[in-house]
Amino acid sequence: MSTAAVLRRPKTGTSSDIAIDCNVNKIFYGNFLAVRDSAVPIEKGKITGFIGPSGCGKSTVLRSLNRMNDLIPGFRLEGKVDFLGQDIYAKGIDPVVVRRYIGMVFQQPNPFSMSIFDNVAFGLRLNRFKGDVEEKVEHALRRAALWDEVKDKLKASGLSLSGGQQQRLCIARAVATEPTVLLMDEPCSALDPIATRRIEELMLELKKDYTIALVTHNMQQARRVADVTAFFSVDISKGGRTGFLVEIGDTNNIFDAPETELTKQYIRGEFS
Amino acid sequence: MSKVSQYQDGGISRARSFAPDLRHNAFEARAMANVLLTAGAWFVAALGAVPLVSVIYMLVVKGGARLNTELFTELPPAGFEMGGGIGNAIQGTLVTVGIASAISIPIALLAAIYLAEFRPNSNIAVAARFLSKVLTGFPSILAGVFVYAAVVLLMGTYSALAGGVALAVLMLPTVTLTAEGAMRMVPQRMKDAAIGMGCTKTQVVWSVTLPTALPSIVTGVILAVARVAGESAPLLFTALFSNYWLRSVKEPTASLSILIYNFSSMPFENQIELAWAASLVLVLIVLTFNILSRFIGRPQV
Repeated sequence: MSTAAVLRRPKTGTSSDIAIDCNVNKIFYGNFLAVRDSAVPIEKGKITGFIGPSGCGKSTVLRSLNRMNDLIPGFRLEGKVDFLGQDIYAKGIDPVVVRRYIGMVFQQPNPFSMSIFDNVAFGLRLNRFKGDVEEKVEHALRRAALWDEVKDKLKASGLSLSGGQQQRLCIARAVATEPTVLLMDEPCSALDPIATRRIEELMLELKKDYTIALVTHNMQQARRVADVTAFFSVDISKGGRTGFLVEIGDTNNIFDAPETELTKQYIRGEFS
Repeated sequence: MSKVSQYQDGGISRARSFAPDLRHNAFEARAMANVLLTAGAWFVAALGAVPLVSVIYMLVVKGGARLNTELFTELPPAGFEMGGGIGNAIQGTLVTVGIASAISIPIALLAAIYLAEFRPNSNIAVAARFLSKVLTGFPSILAGVFVYAAVVLLMGTYSALAGGVALAVLMLPTVTLTAEGAMRMVPQRMKDAAIGMGCTKTQVVWSVTLPTALPSIVTGVILAVARVAGESAPLLFTALFSNYWLRSVKEPTASLSILIYNFSSMPFENQIELAWAASLVLVLIVLTFNILSRFIGRPQV
């Protein structure tokens, strides 16, 4: 496996600290090579930020961590994605089960057109949860810092909330089933700065219990919340647009002392 | 003065040099065309409403007189007999429409789920969608002929069941296509959210797609029901007619549309009055379904 592009893996990372050990050799959509040579270990209890210019494959890599890409016709992954010691792309692995342990928050807030309560209870009912659903829902809404705003209108439609509230509702829905890892695909890009701030505070709070992988188009956001940052770029030399991992390391190192020229240029804002 | 400074005031001072007349001028060409076209639009709209309003007026005037409990509870009278009602025809219409719904809705929903969610681009789906569209324009009398050959000859008798099957053939494509459309309208991001939570395909359909699309699906179903409730041609060959209450779905049955057809051509005043009353009842049933679909069609949460 070629790891020439990966200059620095987090030095603290031993295998037992890693929730998802992602070793992507190649990701294809049909004949199109979308991503190559990206080894991104997602460490337990930390926030791993994925940054890079548009089309660099950061979202593709993130979505391959819980097999969301299986929905796209022609998707094919070469390599291994180990979740707590199991290759999720191995034969016999059920992607549906994988997704129950690796939850996801999307770019656009996507509550169901149900009540706020039913939105959060959705995953519990899905898993035939036998305990106290109301208590779980309240707990999840508190975890998502939304409880105080919605406790008096749990029967109102989830779609009646503001964008920022909807996104926190989606986070509550995702954490209600207590997944091991939370994947967040640009969760703030559709939100205003105040709502963004709240989601960022929430992420810092959530990392006490969950491992988070965060794709962001916003470098400052990665700097504010990520413990580890992975910088991706896009290679247009061979006529295609193939994304690849340039550098991964502690966020401070990536921003203050990047090892490659490409990262330096990106951090300085010379391309985006 | 340079060319730039000339326009420093945005040209306002030049506009002020001649004061424009801002008053309304009714004889200006544009104003007259406006009035003429508006009047024309009103006239055509009123003209379009004439048939609808006059039919409803006639029904209320001629049929309203017989609108009493006897109408709903009594059997149709024989010739020269006075009084009587259309109870068995109402019963027959409700039963045949019920049978049609029971047959067509489950099949149509399953087909729509397949078309919208499972294999939208497969050859089977493309063929099914095309055939459904062809079938929506299918002459209803041919549905009757088909069911005559397929059910009536097989069972050896005209029956309410055969009538229901004929109406089901007519309902099937409309319900399938509206349900497919309704399910396609459910935003992909909601389905993604469900998949991201670890839903199987079936769970996505049951817990997200169907509940979200339900109001539109119900609207489509009700409109299809309202449409077939007034069909007469397919029932001529299948349910036939009966002067008695329906006791078994294997018997021929009366229906409002066939009763209207039969009684309106009779030489008896009483029967003709009943035909008018039956028309009014039929219109009221269809109207109720339409209004119902408007209420259910609203988003619930």
